[in-house]
Amino acid sequence: MIRHVITAFVLLNAIVLIVTYLTYVERKFAARMQSRIGPYRVGRPHGWLQPIADALKLLIKEDIVPALADRPVYNLAPIVFLIPSFLIFATVPFAPGLGLADLNIGLLFFLAVSSLEIVGLFMGGWGSNNKYALLSAMRAVNQIISYEVPFVLTALIPVLLAGSLKLSLIVEAQRGLWFVAYPVIGQLAFVMFLLATIASENRVPFDILEAESELVAGFRVEYSGMKFALIQLAEYTHMFGVSCLGALLFLGGWLGPGLPGPVWFLLKALFIFLLVTWVRWSFVRIRVDQILGLSWKVLLPATLALLMATGFWVALRSGHVA
Amino acid sequence: MDAAVRPVAPLLVVAGTAFLLLVLDLLPPRGTKRHLGVVALAGVVAALLVTVVLWGREARAFSGMVVLDGFALFFDVVICYAAALVLLLSMDYCGRHGIESGEYYVLVLFSTLGMMLMAHAADLILIFLALELMSLSLYVLAGFFRWRLTGGESAMKYFLLGAFASGFFVYGVALIYGATGSTALERIAAAAGARPPGPLLVVGLGLLLVGFGFKISSVPFHMWAPDVYEGAPTSVAALIATGSKAAGFAALLRVLLSTFKVVQPDWTALLWGVAVLTMTVGNVVAIAQSNVKRMLAYSSVAHVGYVLVGVVAGGALGAGGVLFYLLVYTFTTVGAFGVILLLERGRQEAVNLDDYGGLAESHPVLALVLALFLLSLTGMPPTAGFAGKFYLFGAAVRSGYIWLAVIAVLNSAVAAYYYLRVIVYMYMRDREGVPTGAVPSFAGRLALGIALWGVLQLGVMPAPVLNLAQAAVAPLLR
Amino acid sequence: MALGVFLIVAIVAVASALALVLRRNPIHGALFLVVNLGCVAVLYLLLGAEFLALAQVIIYAGAIMVLFVFAIMVLIPGKEETGPDPLRSQRLMAVPLGLFLLLEIALVLWGSRSGGGVGGAASLPQVGVRAGGIESVGRLLLGDYLFAFEVTSILLLAALVGVLTLAKRKSE
Repeated sequence: MIRHVITAFVLLNAIVLIVTYLTYVERKFAARMQSRIGPYRVGRPHGWLQPIADALKLLIKEDIVPALADRPVYNLAPIVFLIPSFLIFATVPFAPGLGLADLNIGLLFFLAVSSLEIVGLFMGGWGSNNKYALLSAMRAVNQIISYEVPFVLTALIPVLLAGSLKLSLIVEAQRGLWFVAYPVIGQLAFVMFLLATIASENRVPFDILEAESELVAGFRVEYSGMKFALIQLAEYTHMFGVSCLGALLFLGGWLGPGLPGPVWFLLKALFIFLLVTWVRWSFVRIRVDQILGLSWKVLLPATLALLMATGFWVALRSGHVA
Repeated sequence: MDAAVRPVAPLLVVAGTAFLLLVLDLLPPRGTKRHLGVVALAGVVAALLVTVVLWGREARAFSGMVVLDGFALFFDVVICYAAALVLLLSMDYCGRHGIESGEYYVLVLFSTLGMMLMAHAADLILIFLALELMSLSLYVLAGFFRWRLTGGESAMKYFLLGAFASGFFVYGVALIYGATGSTALERIAAAAGARPPGPLLVVGLGLLLVGFGFKISSVPFHMWAPDVYEGAPTSVAALIATGSKAAGFAALLRVLLSTFKVVQPDWTALLWGVAVLTMTVGNVVAIAQSNVKRMLAYSSVAHVGYVLVGVVAGGALGAGGVLFYLLVYTFTTVGAFGVILLLERGRQEAVNLDDYGGLAESHPVLALVLALFLLSLTGMPPTAGFAGKFYLFGAAVRSGYIWLAVIAVLNSAVAAYYYLRVIVYMYMRDREGVPTGAVPSFAGRLALGIALWGVLQLGVMPAPVLNLAQAAVAPLLR
Repeated sequence: MALGVFLIVAIVAVASALALVLRRNPIHGALFLVVNLGCVAVLYLLLGAEFLALAQVIIYAGAIMVLFVFAIMVLIPGKEETGPDPLRSQRLMAVPLGLFLLLEIALVLWGSRSGGGVGGAASLPQVGVRAGGIESVGRLLLGDYLFAFEVTSILLLAALVGVLTLAKRKSE
């Protein structure tokens, strides 16, 4: 019991730290893509104290609650938004035995908890009593529900290949060959997973819910100070969580030569994060109908077909089909 | 045929046809969807033939969830007839009213599938799923006139109240599972028979009856019927009035007779009251209707009351009478709706009583046919309605429910008033204003012909079919 | 420990269910529904039915959001529903009818004390060692309940066709 509490405490703080610096990584990465330098002045070398400074600044800002806001909902929203993003790390194994709880149905837990995030998002959009925020929340519901299905289906492909929902077993099944390296199935599944990931994180090109040119800042338009920081933290934590999931499902988790397991794992998660960031700074936003069309007309049938093909292949391999 | 699949063979035919239609819908010709109706009809007829081939066999499949017995097969026949006649009626009707689409026929087939499955199901979970399959399809079909206010009202009311009733049903299933530890009808019967029934079981059964009561539109769960019948396309109203009720009674009979024999006195007493209420309310309110579709809706409520008389009477006579009456009722009601559907006045469906003034003069054949159907609904001797009622009420008398039989007969007398009123309009009134015309439709007339044949055949020679019906319920009464 | 968790979760579940019914703001009601369903999921977990618990969370998270959208589109939330109650007479009848129902339940429970025991619940069937685990659920779904499983897929197909029919614009 005590051990669990301590582990959880350490884990949470580690994640907050990592996530804080992810923003830094992203800003530097984006700057390089645009031939800029990025944050440079706060802390030497290369402005490494910038994220800390940002966090401090947000902490001491005034907390504004709109007069006509639905107060309890408005105030609770950032917390409801944040909790699932942290909870998803409960089942993530960073290395064999290094994790909070390696559940038998770890992947399912991950999917269930991350699907709760939308509730917080919607509470924020509704509670602000702002038309932009509400529109953004409605769009988010559309989009997240649409992409939930292909997301789950792509995540099921590694499950089929590994024959387990336990994340550590999925990683162990990749000893020898990472799932992303499986001919055709692996690459297709990985690409679809990335697409669904980007959509479920609401990032460009799927960021219609915070399209700044039409919706100002989307559902968080009324938030300021600490609450804004919490929402931002939750978003990046979720992003990091999904990157970790991608590393576990497709890139063999902690497996790798030379370096210790957790390092490999973090490197792979970072790789996926950068991949997503790369997409973010390379593409333009697409329209609502295109986003929904992509999910229902392309991704859903494609993932279903891929899942069937994988199932067939697994049956073939295990000799169930002559 | 594979033994595992045999019990569901008629269902597979219907399901296969529905899937085929979904694909055919995408192929040319695009303008008309009439050919899809023909394919759907062929599927239903094929299912009917498969049913006939399977006649007399008994089997179970899928861990005992699905049964094949005479009871299920008899209902397959009733439902297939209802579906086939409705499809025939739909073909021209849909085109005329701009609702012809592949989805229409697909949904008719899906609802038919659900109905047949209700007759075959031997597990409460499956009964629920079948019920939902049937209802979901019918909700949508009821709202096919979606640009009309009444169409929207019809679908919305049916959907909301139906969902509510489904909630009751599932709650009942949960309680029964809690009381007996199973959802399979056989095991429930065994568990319920092993000890005195606890309140959980009785309350569960009560909730089930609420769910069924809604589907068969017995009082006090009949409120939706008139609005739904009025707003729905007439062909769909015919399907709701016949097929869905037959299916509801199929599942109800199987559950009551084979599973809840232990608490028979309880549910008999309850249904006695429901039957009396249903008959009386249906008939009395029907008198006040000037819209023929609404009148038929209330009359269908009343007929549910008559059928419940047979359920209360029980035994081979009562239950057999129920089956027989449902077949009769299917032919008669589809026929009555069919005539309405073929009549038009000033580009509108002829649904008002006034539209029928002097019909015997302008369309003597249609008027005569409608008169025969109405007489059958009343229960006049040469028609099947008389035979059906005779057996139902006779069974009640034999089982000692004299008062129930007396009330039922009195109700029939009340009902004669509003049925005969239409006949009086047709034969003794002059037409006023725009004349009512009949639309040309071979398919529709064929359907009427078949229905008329059914009504007369069953009226003149009821014995062979009645024997079949009584043999069909035998396995339930064992 | 388990009993303590159960008590807390059960109290929260009942309280949130009550709040759901009593709150007039539909959005707040839906939020309480989230809490309620979450508590039920925890109860499933306590019973060892992990799969059921997580499936409940996944499905209802989406379902509740749809409910939100509907509430916003249909009910004009924010404005509490005020004005004269159109069903005042029914409300007056609710009290005596409710009391009658209570009396009835009491009678049934009282009468059943002689035999069968209150509740009359039978022992639940043994489904493997760990009922509710993902393996046993999978075996049941694709074994004993295969047919029901397949019928569900047809049911969903019918619903899909129905939705498309109702939602599509009148063509041409």
